[in-house]
Amino acid sequence: MRRFGQFIPNRLNPISFTNTKPKSTLFKLHPPCRYLAAVRKVAFTADKYPHIKRNPNFKEITDKDISYLTSILSQNALIVDNGTNSSDLTSFNVDWMGKYRGKSRVVVRPKSTEEVAKVLKYCGEKRIAVVPQGGNTGLVGGSIPVFDEMVISTNHLNKIRSFDPVAGILVCDAGCVLEVLDNHLAENGYMMPLDLGAKGSCQVGGNVATNAGGLRFLRYGSLHGSVLGLEVVLPDGTILDNLLTLRKDNTGYDLKQLFIGSEGTLGIITGISISTPKRPKAVNVAVLGLSSFEDVQKAFLKSKEDLAEILSAFEFWDFAALHLCQLYGTNRSEFPLGQYPFYVLIETSGSNKEHDDEKLTACLESLLEASTVQDGVIAQDVSQMNNLWSFREGIPEASHKAGAVYKYDISLPVPVLYKMVEDMRKRLEDSGSFGKDKAITHVIGFGHLGDGNLHLNITAKEYDEDVTKLIEPYVYEWTGKYRGSISAEHGLGLMKANYLGYSKSKPMIEMMRMLKKSIDPNGIMNPYKFLPD
Amino acid sequence: MSNIRILVGCKRVIDYAVKIRVNAARTAVETNNVKHSLNPFDEIAVEEAVRIRQRLPSRVSDIIALSCGSAKSAEVLRTAMAMGADRAIHVEAEDIKLQPLSVAKLFRAIVEKEKPNLVILGKQAIDDDSNQTGQMLAGLLGWPQITFASNVNIEDDNLKVTREVDGGLETLSSKLPAVITADLRLNEPRFATLPNIMKAKKKPLVTYTPQDLNVDITPRLEVLSVTEPPPRQGGGTVGSVDELVSKLKEVGAL
Repeated sequence: MRRFGQFIPNRLNPISFTNTKPKSTLFKLHPPCRYLAAVRKVAFTADKYPHIKRNPNFKEITDKDISYLTSILSQNALIVDNGTNSSDLTSFNVDWMGKYRGKSRVVVRPKSTEEVAKVLKYCGEKRIAVVPQGGNTGLVGGSIPVFDEMVISTNHLNKIRSFDPVAGILVCDAGCVLEVLDNHLAENGYMMPLDLGAKGSCQVGGNVATNAGGLRFLRYGSLHGSVLGLEVVLPDGTILDNLLTLRKDNTGYDLKQLFIGSEGTLGIITGISISTPKRPKAVNVAVLGLSSFEDVQKAFLKSKEDLAEILSAFEFWDFAALHLCQLYGTNRSEFPLGQYPFYVLIETSGSNKEHDDEKLTACLESLLEASTVQDGVIAQDVSQMNNLWSFREGIPEASHKAGAVYKYDISLPVPVLYKMVEDMRKRLEDSGSFGKDKAITHVIGFGHLGDGNLHLNITAKEYDEDVTKLIEPYVYEWTGKYRGSISAEHGLGLMKANYLGYSKSKPMIEMMRMLKKSIDPNGIMNPYKFLPD
Repeated sequence: MSNIRILVGCKRVIDYAVKIRVNAARTAVETNNVKHSLNPFDEIAVEEAVRIRQRLPSRVSDIIALSCGSAKSAEVLRTAMAMGADRAIHVEAEDIKLQPLSVAKLFRAIVEKEKPNLVILGKQAIDDDSNQTGQMLAGLLGWPQITFASNVNIEDDNLKVTREVDGGLETLSSKLPAVITADLRLNEPRFATLPNIMKAKKKPLVTYTPQDLNVDITPRLEVLSVTEPPPRQGGGTVGSVDELVSKLKEVGAL
């Protein structure tokens, strides 16, 4: 195999680093034709979950509605299913995992905030249910319709409005792709404060609506902190312009916080102003092999102590996850370490290479001497860094290729984090459904250890009620028992709405309903999701 | 059957993945605050030296990594030692002054000092793409040269090396001592492991200046200017993704 061709794709899965050449590596899903073929087999959500009933108060969209929408929007803004072009709407109706499928016949792609406002005003008046949609990379079925809700896509709201290179404040439309924004900021020596595997496809509006976490949460914090202002269109068509570029503003209730993480149930985010950090001059990546989860925790403590302000990511995965990557992952190069029960990826980012190198090697040396870590490698150049990251970032996609994947994204106290994986494995083994040639093929644990966030992925031959029953609500009950969160960063969407009670008390849920009712009285914004029925 | 002592050349260059820019004065590529690392072909050369030792453990008695350049070149020597080189030599000189002929002369001086019988260099550095140092060094030493190596075999004191040439692959044989330059497909370099990085800290690194070696590195070539290539022209543009999709449908591509 020609190695030069191999040299680029394997090693250049770009994570935003100092002056990295912008590569258009879009988060690669299946090639289009295979995707559509696979997707045709996805069952309708309405058929799979017959207990969800279409709300009869929502208007069915008629030709009259479509003529009106065509008149208020610019050219090519509407896609209407006319019987012959149904495949054009597939990508808007099916989620990334191929788990959910809606029946929307109308997709609207406004080109400006004013167009969004006109559309929502009309939908509010006529009681047409809508689903706001960005990159459609969500993992809890929150971004696609359940029945015939109209999809309002932000795909055409993709302008970067301004960037202040002194303060590092970016103002842009909600439909800008995260990776595109990051590349733009790279030219000025800045970076987006979040990074996730879907960066080539996800849009920043969706990131804000789901309060996305990602790989650098440890260092740059939550969007609740880095978002400075929002421009939101409310369900009655009102445009709320809170697009400040101020770092500090304590005047009144901080309304933007309501919309961050609201998953499209209170309004549509059309514009964002966000504070961006300086791109680090010195980045280091090391991958370590460890014998036990206790060692992983010790390594984390030591890293926090020794690396302190330069620590920018602390990820872990178990051997089962690595094995899955070796079977289905797109990174075909050899993993540089031998077989260990656990692996950790440490990344440091700072302004001084010598200082960072010294801190990192000293920290790793003491971990090695104390036998907390059994072995490890440190990347010597950017290509090696990207290669190492791709072993961690490739895990979700590898799970997806392994079959039907049940994904759980849980926040737990770090000491019991891995116990969930062990208990789940035992439960599934005891049931006789897990193992070679059985319905359930892999159970893997990985995630952002630094944030106490476990990703538990269970792959099965297909999505199946019996398999689901084995896993749920056991996984949520387990989480509730340890006062964890049933959704650390993925959100509630359709998948977890009914389990909200495991993480939030009744009075809290009641107050959420009250807010929803007062902002969206007709309930047209992303119905059937987010709050339990 | 003699002992094999290998000298490997290492150059600190701007990292392969970095987007380069021309400096404001248009005299060179901007190197300030830009990530640097070991030249990829030199990394392959180091890896090959270590693999030769793995294949012939009783014969390879020494692997020396040599770098000519500014003080920061020591970084790439540490990488080379972490990959398996036994010791390192750093000839400290201003990067901007060094050109292939002077580097070849410095290498010759070190070869006369250390007496290796196999020199492995990367085929070219990714900053100047000169592809000259290995050839010039062989000429100065009067040694055989096998360039663009994609496979190296040593039997007794004979080298059998496959080279990549325009027409395909060519296999040459030669006796030691010789100069080999490494091409991309020679091997895939290993990661530097923690234990080896720790050990590398204790390995010896000796520094010389060109004066110590009696080499005159006065540049013989002068760079007049450096400019970016003209932006790409041609190709049609479409107004939107929808237009692209319809154009693709028109030609039957979708």
